[in-house]
Amino acid sequence: MTILTAILSLLGLAIIFGAILGFAAIRFKVDGDPIVEQIDAILPQTQCGQCGYPGCRPYAEAIAKGDAINKCPPGGESTIGILADLLGREAISLDAEHGEIKPKTVAYIREEECIGCTKCIQACPVDAILGAAKQMHTIITDECTGCDLCLDPCPVDCIDMLPIETTPKTWKWEQPDKTKLIISDANQGVAT
Amino acid sequence: MTVLQAMRKLPGGVHPAEKKTLSNSTPIETAPIPNLLVIPCQQHIGEGAKPIVAVGDIVLKGQMIANADGFISVPVHAPTSGKIIAIEKKPIPHPSGLDDLCIVLKPDQKDTWIERNPSPDYQLLEKNAVINIIQQSGVAGLGGAGFPTAIKVSPRPHMLIDTLILNGVECEPYITSDDRLMRERADDIIGGMDILIYLLNPKQCLLGVEDNKPEAIHALQQALAKKSRQVPCHIVEIPSRYPSGGEKQLIYLATGKEVPSHGIPADLGIVCQNVGTASAIFRAVVHGEPTLSRITTITGEAVRKPGNYDVLIGTPINELLRFCGVEQKQLSRLIMGGPMMGFSLKTETAPIIKTTNCIIAATQRELPPPPPEQACIRCGMCDKACPMHLLPQQLFWYSKAKDHDTLRSYNLFDCIECGACSYVCPSNIPLVQYYRAAKGDIKKQELEQVKSDRARKRFEQHQERIAKQKAEREAKLAARTKARSQSASDQDNKTSEIQAAVERVKQKKYQESDNK
Repeated sequence: MTILTAILSLLGLAIIFGAILGFAAIRFKVDGDPIVEQIDAILPQTQCGQCGYPGCRPYAEAIAKGDAINKCPPGGESTIGILADLLGREAISLDAEHGEIKPKTVAYIREEECIGCTKCIQACPVDAILGAAKQMHTIITDECTGCDLCLDPCPVDCIDMLPIETTPKTWKWEQPDKTKLIISDANQGVAT
Repeated sequence: MTVLQAMRKLPGGVHPAEKKTLSNSTPIETAPIPNLLVIPCQQHIGEGAKPIVAVGDIVLKGQMIANADGFISVPVHAPTSGKIIAIEKKPIPHPSGLDDLCIVLKPDQKDTWIERNPSPDYQLLEKNAVINIIQQSGVAGLGGAGFPTAIKVSPRPHMLIDTLILNGVECEPYITSDDRLMRERADDIIGGMDILIYLLNPKQCLLGVEDNKPEAIHALQQALAKKSRQVPCHIVEIPSRYPSGGEKQLIYLATGKEVPSHGIPADLGIVCQNVGTASAIFRAVVHGEPTLSRITTITGEAVRKPGNYDVLIGTPINELLRFCGVEQKQLSRLIMGGPMMGFSLKTETAPIIKTTNCIIAATQRELPPPPPEQACIRCGMCDKACPMHLLPQQLFWYSKAKDHDTLRSYNLFDCIECGACSYVCPSNIPLVQYYRAAKGDIKKQELEQVKSDRARKRFEQHQERIAKQKAEREAKLAARTKARSQSASDQDNKTSEIQAAVERVKQKKYQESDNK
């Protein structure tokens, strides 16, 4: 009799907890993989494809499945560092196969040479190029991510990638010079 | 008109050699109009002004030459009459040494004013109209960062202001421009204070002055006594200690309240204005004169005639130094601002701007180049010197390691960059530069995050649009093929009808021939 009571009460508990768990599974269901979202938020969103995937999100999905975190040249070392922190992996240096770290650039169309073919407009992943067929095109520089994707399609090579100029507003202090001097050198060395 | 003592003691802080007697014993002198004025469009934080004149235009003194562009922005006016000869990038006084957009004015030396619009009876005007005058006159904080004054004096409606504080502390060594201004133009300052009282309607008004400026306190007392006011106004004597003139420090010393982290004084019902700004407000409203000049201290042992000068905005610093008799051979370092918070100027041709309170032309002996940085010995002197209760040593380690999250949790952004920690550091570590670099990195990263979020959204929208277009195209194609097959079958029907008709005719003909 006691064994029956024990079985019944445990069964009862199991049913109750099972129901709660079942309810929670439906009520608090997470759409998609949250880790992919987090990785995608860290990637620089240039959609340049240098990682070998067609955009940042596919690469984020690949990383979540275990792909290397050092395939993103636009993100550079800082992105690798943040990804390593997030995923608990080791921060490795950038894979040179996928490109090198370059200073940030924006595309610039030499407008007098543009023939208005709209090919770059179709290539731009963020709709940062303005123009129409047989009309001159121009770049909305604020929206350009510097992905280089418009360069190849251009039949007349009228697009330049120009480095972003530092203005007094975007300028920032650098860390003091690393050169350390010992005290006996103090009067001989050039102080910074 | 009592002189109150500070309520609290400044936590931390240092007491560097004041060196104020170099420049505070002579009256303010007006500097001559230079041969060329270079007026930067951006003279403060926020957005730069947009030029509204063209090269070749003749402008009058006080005429607006660049208009505010955005919310945190103020217009720029022609400091004297003359001709605009260029609008181009020129060196500006900035730690980067970079060039920025400037309007170059060739003065005609006649100094002809544009028609002014004084409002001595500003009490009859709407408050918004007075604020508008302040905005249109290009008044920006003359104490430090140059925050547009009009924004500060129009606090949001839910923030009731109960205390107005005028900052005449001027705690940095060398600088005496506010000191001389208080001694000589106390009436202008008090006039500006009255305008601020009208605008903000505070319950009390406090004027903070350091106790090493007894003449300034006396002059302010006399100016205050000329008129009785409903709002109680007091001078608060602040013990000389650096950095008691920092906005947050002065508020704590004068009222005992602490501005919360990430907050502004208006959150506590306090508005703090520099005395120079108060005088600029007075001149803008009562005399209708925009901010065209400012009092700048020219000091240092490399100048023969140190003192305070009323300088037109845009005067090249080298011309001003020549006027003050600079000994080029002696000059080893040129600093804009004070020795604690200022920066070395990379070029002498940069102009005086609205925030240039001091130029130090120092000799090698006076301000020797900083000795080399050595290892931190964890002595903890910086912790004691920090007036913001931060942990400079921890911030230093994490700045060096670029550990941004930890820096944020150690409240890096509460650092006022006063330099007290670097001043006491026995290892000569340029701590503030580490903090500035870290702040710059964090801000840059935040900006990049905003940009990448935007790029993601645009990319998603782009893909959605492409998919939609493709679907539409396919739908259209499908409709067309369907229509084509329909018409083809129609064609078949038609041919069969014709054939049937032909058959019928043939049959008829047969029948007819049969009948015959």
